[in-house]
Amino acid sequence: MINSEILTYLLLTPIISSVLVLFFKNEQVKLIRWFGIASSLLAFVISLVAYSQFDQTNPLFQLIHQAVWIKSLNVSYFVGVDGISMLLILLTTFLTPLTLLSTWKAIEKNVKMFTFSMLFLEAGMLGVFMALDVFLFYIFWEAMLIPMYFIIGIWGGERRIYASIKFFIFTMFGSLLMLVAIIWLAVYSSSVTGFFTTNLIDLYKVGPTVPHQVQAWMFGAFFLSFAIKVPLFPLHTWLPDAHVEAPTAGSVILAGVLLKMGTYGLVRFCLPLFPQSAVAYAPAISVLAVIGIIYGALVSMVQTDMKKLVAYSSVSHLGFVVLGIFAMTIESVQGAVIQMINHGLSTGALFLLVGVAYERTHRRDIAFYGGIAKLVPIYSTFLMIAMLSSVGLPGLNGFIGEFLILLGSYKSATLGSTWFTVFAASGVIFAAVYLLWMYQRVVFGKVTNHELEHELTDMNKREILILVPIFVFVLWIGIYPNTFLKMTELSVQTVLQQVSAYSVNILK
Amino acid sequence: MPANNFEYYLLMPYIVIGVGIVLSVVLEISTKKSKELLPWFSALLFFGTAIYSIFNVDQGLVLFSGMLEVGGKSAIFNTIFNFGAALIVLASIDFMKKYEADFGEYYILIQSSVLGMMIMASARDIFMIFMGLELMSICFYVLAGINRKKSSANEASLKYFLLGAFATGFIVYGIALIYGTTGSTSIQNLVENFVGYSSNILFVLGMILFFVGFSFKVAAVPFHMWVPDVYQGSATTVTGLMSTVGKAAAFSVFIIMLGAVVTYGAPNFFKSYFAVISALSMVVGSVIAISQDNLKRMLAYSSVSHAGYMIIGLAAGNKYSIAGIIFYLAAYAFMNIGAFSVISVIEGKDDSRTGIKSYAGLQSKSPFLAAMISLFMFALAGIPPLAGFFGKYYVFFGAIQANLTWLAIVGVLSSVISVYFYIRVVVYAYFKNSEEDFEIESSVGTYAAIIISAAFILILGFFPDMLLGIITSAIK
Repeated sequence: MINSEILTYLLLTPIISSVLVLFFKNEQVKLIRWFGIASSLLAFVISLVAYSQFDQTNPLFQLIHQAVWIKSLNVSYFVGVDGISMLLILLTTFLTPLTLLSTWKAIEKNVKMFTFSMLFLEAGMLGVFMALDVFLFYIFWEAMLIPMYFIIGIWGGERRIYASIKFFIFTMFGSLLMLVAIIWLAVYSSSVTGFFTTNLIDLYKVGPTVPHQVQAWMFGAFFLSFAIKVPLFPLHTWLPDAHVEAPTAGSVILAGVLLKMGTYGLVRFCLPLFPQSAVAYAPAISVLAVIGIIYGALVSMVQTDMKKLVAYSSVSHLGFVVLGIFAMTIESVQGAVIQMINHGLSTGALFLLVGVAYERTHRRDIAFYGGIAKLVPIYSTFLMIAMLSSVGLPGLNGFIGEFLILLGSYKSATLGSTWFTVFAASGVIFAAVYLLWMYQRVVFGKVTNHELEHELTDMNKREILILVPIFVFVLWIGIYPNTFLKMTELSVQTVLQQVSAYSVNILK
Repeated sequence: MPANNFEYYLLMPYIVIGVGIVLSVVLEISTKKSKELLPWFSALLFFGTAIYSIFNVDQGLVLFSGMLEVGGKSAIFNTIFNFGAALIVLASIDFMKKYEADFGEYYILIQSSVLGMMIMASARDIFMIFMGLELMSICFYVLAGINRKKSSANEASLKYFLLGAFATGFIVYGIALIYGTTGSTSIQNLVENFVGYSSNILFVLGMILFFVGFSFKVAAVPFHMWVPDVYQGSATTVTGLMSTVGKAAAFSVFIIMLGAVVTYGAPNFFKSYFAVISALSMVVGSVIAISQDNLKRMLAYSSVSHAGYMIIGLAAGNKYSIAGIIFYLAAYAFMNIGAFSVISVIEGKDDSRTGIKSYAGLQSKSPFLAAMISLFMFALAGIPPLAGFFGKYYVFFGAIQANLTWLAIVGVLSSVISVYFYIRVVVYAYFKNSEEDFEIESSVGTYAAIIISAAFILILGFFPDMLLGIITSAIK
């Protein structure tokens, strides 16, 4: 393995710049904003450099950097990427500057601390995606709670305190049980290999040898932590609160990246570490995923608040991702990974657009709007693209992910029934219903509310600048998904090979 | 008697603090300026001893015909005691003026209590433990009521004294039974013949009584009833001292008495005792703390639950868990002293402004204090990568190794509960708007204590191996 420091530079960029932000004066608002954007752009550039060094034909972890950290526990600073994490890292570095740019008007209180929190959060998210030591992963996983907690709590809406505490305690509950499982694994590995280890590559060999009875508990502890984060039905109750109360930037990052950490955890840890349990519980988990798909869609349908509607649609979309992961076929897991990206882009765009309207009118209820197509044509067009991408219109990104997931789960050996696919497919139809219906009520018809005429102005250049890059990728994935599918193909194969090596042969 | 220079080197901390006490008394009598001099003199004394001790951890000696063990594990504890006391002294300088108890005796009492702790942690004879304990406890009783004009302080002092004396009764009874069954008060003897003695029910009973007495001192449930009132009523800096280094001293005794288990791998007959009180302390402490509106009282209950986490290590009783306890004690000292220092700055005269409401909008009044109290609260809640997390991690690690996974699970669940009341402080400091107007008087000494605590929380969080390496080499 060759040591490469590029990922460490990538991780250090937001950390160092978040510390530097603290040295600005509170009044230097503009400077702080520019500095935040510049440093997150720098992180994006570094991630592109990392991508250029990334070799798609290599199924192993790459760009590895390993250094001793806590010798007595054999914990090391160990980072590296495979296709899945590379893609998610790019998503993170791509969305962060855009969200920072979106806060130009929305965040006026304590900009310094906001920028600090966002950069700190970016570092935490990047750390989660690149950590190859379970202990290191846990540190990032927890540390990133703090900035998100502040973002919801300080800049959020009316019930922000309730939402932030709920968010914190829900996540903490799952992750602390995961901590016990991590320690247990480290202790167990010392009885197998003779030394403690939390190194993921070593644990891939140790995890499957855990006696089945115990492995189910270990799997449960990891799974619970990730399922809360995803969030999987019925653990989703923190999500609508957090989304609705968070400021737009917080919602975008929450939907765009934070939720992906849960599904990423499932692919990176749950499946390969505990393959037997993962296969055994796959049908049960998929039932929950399918319930989540339909439940999220139905609840979205009756929402009167646009932001809440988008929030519940996340429950539905993430249900697809979980179904795809536990169907455990190449197509479905590939679809799940691409769907993670899609959801980040399209839901991120939807939250941004809701935020744009909210900044002008301070209203989010659907009933307040109506017939805005004539007032704000650009906004209406943008909303339509974001909405259609979320619905899964062929030619846009959402279709690719959902199609692959449905295709893969239909022929999945672990699920053993096509009913999952049948019910999940109904979620696609429901998605069309609630999103199109909302769009119709908000955009078409006559202008019902005359306040809108002077309050609602069309999007400005800054806002267009934020959304256009997102739409470029929406189209790119929709038309030529191979660029992205190629990246993850071998990594997904490696994960599934690991599962089938220790369990029933799921790869035909 | 010590025969060569080497032994004097290792004895130096005790000599320095002992001579320091005498000098302080002389200073107090002879000059009017003692009020200004004593705090700095004490801080110097403590810092010096702390730094000196940490270089002696890898060499251990038993002196005074098996009465005192110097260096090694005791050196680590001496470092914790002295460093903690030094920070408390720094935080006290301005606070005691505000508290109207700006006496020279205050510092002399702290010095004496630290000497008591040092004797406890280095004892190799049960009577030495007892002597150290009484020296520490009596100083604490007085310190709790240092301002005799305050009724709350008087109440705290009296409660502490009465219940403390009751606990001492248990300890003495335990010592009597141990001596009665073994015919010796030597800990060496006890450790070597531990398994043999353990077949005698009276010996086990004696040990349990002894442990009950010390469970009282570390504030473990169900012996925690005194904690909230005493912590709330005493001067804030005194509470900081009692809850951190005082607790560390009591834990050092547990570790000494469990020497047979830890060092020689004897079966841990007291596993179930420790497991039960640890589970109770964690859960009860965390649950009751939720409803506390007074920050000092909240931290008192949090201190109960932290005692529970540390006792997990005693139940596990292996080297990892003992090293974990010591690490935890050090981390806890920084977190709690930091938190109490912030409280002492915010606190007004006559115990006002210790309620959580006074922290509303702290961020706009003093960004520094708001950031610091948040850091201490996150550390107490065990959020990585701060020192408090590693304390818990090591203890849980030891527990899982000793097949006490259930206890670790109880531990993490009560951590989740505790997150609620810790982040509540952050909620007030950052998310709410100020309700009352008051000036925050900054103080050099207190701010220094806060900054040093915060720095160590971060250092121990990012490089936990630095301290853990020292601890591991000390308890070999």
